[in-house]
Amino acid sequence: MSLRTPLRPLARILPARQKGENPDAIERENLRLRHEAQRDKMRQRAESRLILVALCFMIAFGAVGTRMYALATSDVEEPELVTNGASIVNTRADIVDREGRVLATNFVTNSLYAHPHEIIDARAAADGLASIFPDMDADALHRRFTSETRFIWLRRYISPEQEQLVHDLGEPGLLFGPREMRLYPNGSLAAHIMGGASFGQEAVNAAEVIGVAGVESEFDEVLRDPARGDAPLVLSIDLSVQAAVEQVLAGGMAMMNARGAAAVLMDARTGEIVAMASLPDFDPNARPRPLTDGEAADSPLFNRAMQGVYELGSVFKTFTIAQALEEGLVNVETMIDTTGPLRMSGFAINDFHYYGASQSVEDVLVHSSNIGTARIAQMIGADRQQRFLGQLGFFQPTAVEMVEASAGRPLLPSRWGELSTMTISYGHGLSTTPLHLAAGYASILNGGTVVTPTVLRQDAPVLGERVVSEEVSQTMRGLLRSVVTDGTASFGEVEGYAVGGKTGTADKPRTAGGGYYEDRVIATFAGAFPMYDPQYVIVVTLDEPSETSGPEPRRTAGWTAVPIAAELIRRAAPLLGLRPTIEPLGAYQLSSASQ
Amino acid sequence: MRGLTTALAALAVIGLGYWAYHQTILTQQALREVDHLQRSIGIERERLSVLRAEWAYLNRPDRLRDLADLNFDRLGLMPLGPEQFGDAALIPFPLPEELVIDNASSGGPGLAGPDDEEFP
Repeated sequence: MSLRTPLRPLARILPARQKGENPDAIERENLRLRHEAQRDKMRQRAESRLILVALCFMIAFGAVGTRMYALATSDVEEPELVTNGASIVNTRADIVDREGRVLATNFVTNSLYAHPHEIIDARAAADGLASIFPDMDADALHRRFTSETRFIWLRRYISPEQEQLVHDLGEPGLLFGPREMRLYPNGSLAAHIMGGASFGQEAVNAAEVIGVAGVESEFDEVLRDPARGDAPLVLSIDLSVQAAVEQVLAGGMAMMNARGAAAVLMDARTGEIVAMASLPDFDPNARPRPLTDGEAADSPLFNRAMQGVYELGSVFKTFTIAQALEEGLVNVETMIDTTGPLRMSGFAINDFHYYGASQSVEDVLVHSSNIGTARIAQMIGADRQQRFLGQLGFFQPTAVEMVEASAGRPLLPSRWGELSTMTISYGHGLSTTPLHLAAGYASILNGGTVVTPTVLRQDAPVLGERVVSEEVSQTMRGLLRSVVTDGTASFGEVEGYAVGGKTGTADKPRTAGGGYYEDRVIATFAGAFPMYDPQYVIVVTLDEPSETSGPEPRRTAGWTAVPIAAELIRRAAPLLGLRPTIEPLGAYQLSSASQ
Repeated sequence: MRGLTTALAALAVIGLGYWAYHQTILTQQALREVDHLQRSIGIERERLSVLRAEWAYLNRPDRLRDLADLNFDRLGLMPLGPEQFGDAALIPFPLPEELVIDNASSGGPGLAGPDDEEFP
């Protein structure tokens, strides 16, 4: 419509005038056409506007509808309404024993720091602090408060009472920062298992708590995982049994004048460590510093039950005889030549007592004959012996879930010849930890399946690889029972609990090398109860014990470790829920096995 | 008629506006309260963990053992031992109660009254 059409075009008006028509009709006609065209155009525009508005409304209502649909179908998750208290309080999960009693928990406390530039009366602040914390020096503090420093850490954490006292000083330059502290309410109980914790990254407002040893370190990541919520880490330890074991062991250690002592009480079927103690111990709330010189074993941090590798002596005879029975080389009545001394490549094997020129396999174990066991080991041979001990886990550190476990790596002979085979058969030449021994005894006595020691509560039975048959396991139960009833471990009898086990007394190797001490021994008792159906395995090891009630000191395990083990069983078994029972007749089929 | 509708609509808008405003205020108040409650839940949780720690500390075996020793004359507590296990067969069978022969009583023979609870 670029060209505007005139309303009265001369081309039409003139002919119309000539014909005598009214030219106004032409103008009206043209005007009508023009109005019609304008009306069409406006209607079109209005229509498109209406569509646009409708579209806007559709989008707006669509958005509201979509949002309503999303809100209606999704879970309520408004950030302000989600409860998040647990994650705030528990930055590190608790550790509890198998019954749910607290072994380690967190405690909110405060750290103390100073802003020297905000301190008003430095002298009073320094004196006040020195009177609250006796180990602080007022003059040194005053010097630091008046220096150019802008920030001073004073205490990692303080008790609420100390906090109140510092608060009462009224000094604006002394400030508190919240600290979460790891607390072991039971003190030194199960100290080696717990390990301890300390602070990692530190800031004014918070500090990271990290485990430094034991399960705290092994499960550091797990304990700190926020996804855990407040689910605690459940250990296999039983608090009351552990307390009884530590008490008895401490008493026994003092009575036997020993340098150190260790005890392991393990479930024979699952490998759960119910109690594990090593003395001397420490308080994980104030973990001592590791020794920088001297022997690691002198530090209370050293866990003798798990890190201490010792030649454990005659307790190993159990494995030799179990293997010989399993291989069918002997039965319990086979007579073994025990004339001594047995000479082997310039080395003489002797017996502690002489019991005749030949003894049955049963008597070899009951009387603990080194010569007899060495002869049996000769029949087995080095290869088979290595395979068997390897199966029982004596060549690897124990798989128990603590960082120190890898330190308990057994010491093997560099060359495993015939002499080594013979000495290892009675526990010399191979150094292992008491925990290895407990796992080995559990594997032999529980029916013959390998047991892996663990500190975590197992809710299902664990069935390992088979090492000896059910029959051999039963025979060994009977043999070890007779060691207590008739043999070297006669002090181990606890009425009602049918204790069985084997003693071991090994001379300590000189630390400087070159032979063994004459008067220093490691005395060990390894056993299980009740022997007709072993539920728990116990190992007690004493470092350099000497029992001085007689005219001369007695050092053998039968006089030192065994009475302690018996007292441990007497105290622990009722706590474990075992009733004293009368031993069933014919519980051990001694003669029918392995033939 | 048209004026009335407009007036009613205006009133409705004012009413709805007031209602919406009121709801907003209520929501804000509720959120503040939630915030407050959450903070106190946090404080209670903290207290709970402190109390739990304190409970564990007061029940530590060392302390209980010392307390048992200190109060031995009153309580006579001993560590659990095998000799403390009894057997059902060791419990004396209750003696038959004496027959009360009393013509006046309507209870019948042997029916014990509430006073007869003690037995040897």
